[in-house]
Amino acid sequence: MAILMTPKKACAVNPLKMSQPIGGAFAFMGLRGAMPILHGPQGCTSFGLTLFVRHFKEAVPLQTTAMTEVTTVLGGYENLDQAILNIFNRAKPEIIGICSTGVTETNGDDVDAYIKLVREKHPQLARLPLVYVSTPDFKDAFQDGWERAVARMVEVLVETPSVEAPRDPARVNVLPGCHLTPGDLDELRNILEDFGLQPSFLPDVAGSLDGHIPDEFTPTTIGGIGVDEVAAMGRAGWTIAIGSQMRRAAEAMQAKTGVPFRLFERLCGLIPNDEFIAFLSEISGRSVPAKYRRQRGQLADAMLDGHFLIGGRRLAIGAEPDLLFDLSSMLHDMGVHVIAAVTTTHSPVLERVETQEVLIGDLEDLGELAKNKNCDLLITHSHGRQAAAQLKIPFYRAGFPMFDRVGAGHHISVGYRGTRDLIFAIANLVIADREQNHRPTPDTWRDSKLLSRTGRTERSVA
Amino acid sequence: MSSLRATVRNIFNEPGCAKNGSKPESERKKGCTKQLQPGGAAGGCAFDGAKIALQPFTDVAHLVHGPIACEGNSWDSRSAASSGSNLWRTAFTTDMNETDIVFGGEKRLYKAIKQIIDKYDPPAIFVYQTCVPAMIGDDIDAVCKAAAGKFGKPVIPVNSPGFVGSKNLGSKLAGEALLEHVIGTQEPDDTTAYDINLIGEYNLSGELWQIKPLFEELGIRILSCISGDGKYREVASSHRARAAMMVCSKSLINVARKMEERYEIPFFEGSFYGIQDSSDSLREIARLLVGRGAPDHLIERTESVIAREEARAWTAIEPYKARFNGKKVLLITGGVKSWSVVAALQEAGLELVGTSVKKSTKEDKDRIKQLMGQDAHMIEDMPPREMYRILKDAKADIMLSGGKSQFVALKTATPWLDINQERCHAYMGYVGMVKLVEEIDKSLSNPMWEQLRRPTPWNALARAMVKVRSQAIASISDEAIGETARRAKKICVCNTVDLGTIEDATCSHGLTSVEAVRQHTNEAGGCCSRRIENILRSPPAMFQAAE
Repeated sequence: MAILMTPKKACAVNPLKMSQPIGGAFAFMGLRGAMPILHGPQGCTSFGLTLFVRHFKEAVPLQTTAMTEVTTVLGGYENLDQAILNIFNRAKPEIIGICSTGVTETNGDDVDAYIKLVREKHPQLARLPLVYVSTPDFKDAFQDGWERAVARMVEVLVETPSVEAPRDPARVNVLPGCHLTPGDLDELRNILEDFGLQPSFLPDVAGSLDGHIPDEFTPTTIGGIGVDEVAAMGRAGWTIAIGSQMRRAAEAMQAKTGVPFRLFERLCGLIPNDEFIAFLSEISGRSVPAKYRRQRGQLADAMLDGHFLIGGRRLAIGAEPDLLFDLSSMLHDMGVHVIAAVTTTHSPVLERVETQEVLIGDLEDLGELAKNKNCDLLITHSHGRQAAAQLKIPFYRAGFPMFDRVGAGHHISVGYRGTRDLIFAIANLVIADREQNHRPTPDTWRDSKLLSRTGRTERSVA
Repeated sequence: MSSLRATVRNIFNEPGCAKNGSKPESERKKGCTKQLQPGGAAGGCAFDGAKIALQPFTDVAHLVHGPIACEGNSWDSRSAASSGSNLWRTAFTTDMNETDIVFGGEKRLYKAIKQIIDKYDPPAIFVYQTCVPAMIGDDIDAVCKAAAGKFGKPVIPVNSPGFVGSKNLGSKLAGEALLEHVIGTQEPDDTTAYDINLIGEYNLSGELWQIKPLFEELGIRILSCISGDGKYREVASSHRARAAMMVCSKSLINVARKMEERYEIPFFEGSFYGIQDSSDSLREIARLLVGRGAPDHLIERTESVIAREEARAWTAIEPYKARFNGKKVLLITGGVKSWSVVAALQEAGLELVGTSVKKSTKEDKDRIKQLMGQDAHMIEDMPPREMYRILKDAKADIMLSGGKSQFVALKTATPWLDINQERCHAYMGYVGMVKLVEEIDKSLSNPMWEQLRRPTPWNALARAMVKVRSQAIASISDEAIGETARRAKKICVCNTVDLGTIEDATCSHGLTSVEAVRQHTNEAGGCCSRRIENILRSPPAMFQAAE
């Protein structure tokens, strides 16, 4: 039972957090033929774009209403109108997603009303879905933007099925949290298909940001779930929501279509996957394919091999709530002590993180906690590299952004296989660290003070 | 805000800018304010520009006053290098929340400044204004003044909220902050007749260090680099330099010109990209310094260094000429002096099929025409779709551009090199140009491209199928068609047994001899035993595929 601490500093140093609008825009990137827009000055889009490009190493569609000082005074209607029209004419999108920013929220732009006016003025847009989500920069974080955007998509795009239309029990809706990578989604897709289920992912960033090479150039997203498929999600037998952040969207789906949902807060680790696989077997009416029986055995073996290295480690982790909960719980189940936990925003899962305190804070906090509490394993996104260099402890990159490594989109942590590989990756970092920094010397055990300095006494308490 | 507007107007009317100077009187005041197009804009904002210009000062704390987006989404993204402090890479932001928006963020800003001074004690703090606090009326000038007075440390307001304009404008506003609050506020420990300022050089990937050894060899001292690998004390005392070079970019031209006006420091605009340019720049520095009292022999010494370095560079590039024979380059850069790179690439034997001239002046364009001929393909603005087409049609063998168009090139399986600010290689001076040629060669000669351009196996098969209408292939690519084909191919004409029947029989019963097949298929076997042997020897394609 962890206590949630909120920041007392006036100045955030090396932020862990990223802003809500780009979390919302990211969700729209999982729709096919989509163009997300940030309603704000062009810098908001430019920074977000650069961040996504550095992470995925892919072309990323993201546009701006290019608000200026003058248009801010006048209100953003004209800019929004022009932006939608320009994108409609040039990029020919199948859908436009609009996220507000700090500027337009401070201004009080009523975007829903603007969209009505735009539709009245330009009848040619009648068939183009426009989804607006309010995401002020000065509130909440990346994960919240994603959460709100997906919930809005369900509210706006999913159709309520007619009473006589039959449900298709083989069809399953999957609502993944923003902490899952394109690789994770593909892994889940395989698993579901192996049970004879037909999954629809909303959003499906695996279709757009997995790195595949399209045949033609398109200025919008190059893949993802189509608007028509989203509309038909109401006919599915089940909705699977992954990560606590997706509860809102799952509930919206249920309210609108009656499709029941099951929320999996974690998909990393042995027990969560046992539950997941059992659930799939139950809803599909199929026995668990041999492949997954073998994979479970492999994960068990990875836990046996890895626990020598990972068990007893003192973890400092900085991540958004759902990722923090998922990874720290899996590692806790492997004998890791979760010593320092820093996150970005509120979430019901935080109090269940296996540690004493979770702090809504920044990477300065995480670095200091790690140092003062003698942590010897660091997990956070790429911005943790400066702290890692100072701490000289094994650093596993997880979450968004990951700009100083390639293959960020294909890190897999879900499923038996994903967990297995994650355990190997972290264990290998520990081996490398031991060989580089902790080779025994004739003097290693001579100085008795060394013992207390490495924090062995504290370890037994924690 | 009114004073900010006055500053912006003042900046746009820039007599030092050739591009501005060439406009009619009435348009000069408008400056470079291109109307941004909603839904079609792709650049950074003024705050971004201010950060680009000032953040390379390494020992300064850069504090961003605004909501999380401005710093949280953008920090630690530039590759400027530092020889000392790493404080510049630490992100400081007030991370304004809803309460600050309602009640004003000035108090939080003041406390943030105190927090930084207490903990990091930097020689100075730069405070960057952003859109939201500008909208709600946070007076950062007043807060900075109060904090500076209270803590006895320079706290510099950089008034460049994103929505006032482009990156270029933001850099200039940052320059104004330096002119108003920093330059001339301290005195250097000592001065020499060889002191210069470099203005608008950001030491990306450490490229300043590619030319610094040449300066050192000539005895030239960089009193202050604004701002690459710069320190606060250096820029504060930069008004004692004898000459200045404005490096390759007009973004800080206001700093260069006003320092000339105020402190009589002559400046020129030069570049260290390209061999010819590097030589010209070294010559010009020597000339200016001699004009300000440095001994005459500096010019001679400079010439001998130039001769040596040029010879070295050309020798290093020479071997590539043969390798680059017939290779075509598309050069897309926002940089002003693309002609200087054009010259070097041509010298290495590459053929230029096009170069962008988006930000070039008329003289730049004339230079390009001189180099590439009258029919030079000068590109004002190329939409990604067009770029994609050029590369897909293999009209260029390699594209050099900024990171934004990277994937347009790579997705057509065309070599590409980053030559803008996010790049990870240093391309300055003589060694830098050799490095650029090396990188181009590495990319062009990579055997990977050939593999990537090959058709996928399924595409290759589909093509083959169209060509020969081979039965076996048909059965892999389309089971239904394959099945019909298998049934349609009569093996034993007399007994009307088809291929499919024989294959199914051999497969399901594991038959290996003609005799066995005959028993299972009712087939005479006299007339067609050889055909059956052939079938047995090569198992049907669809089963191979299934394995």
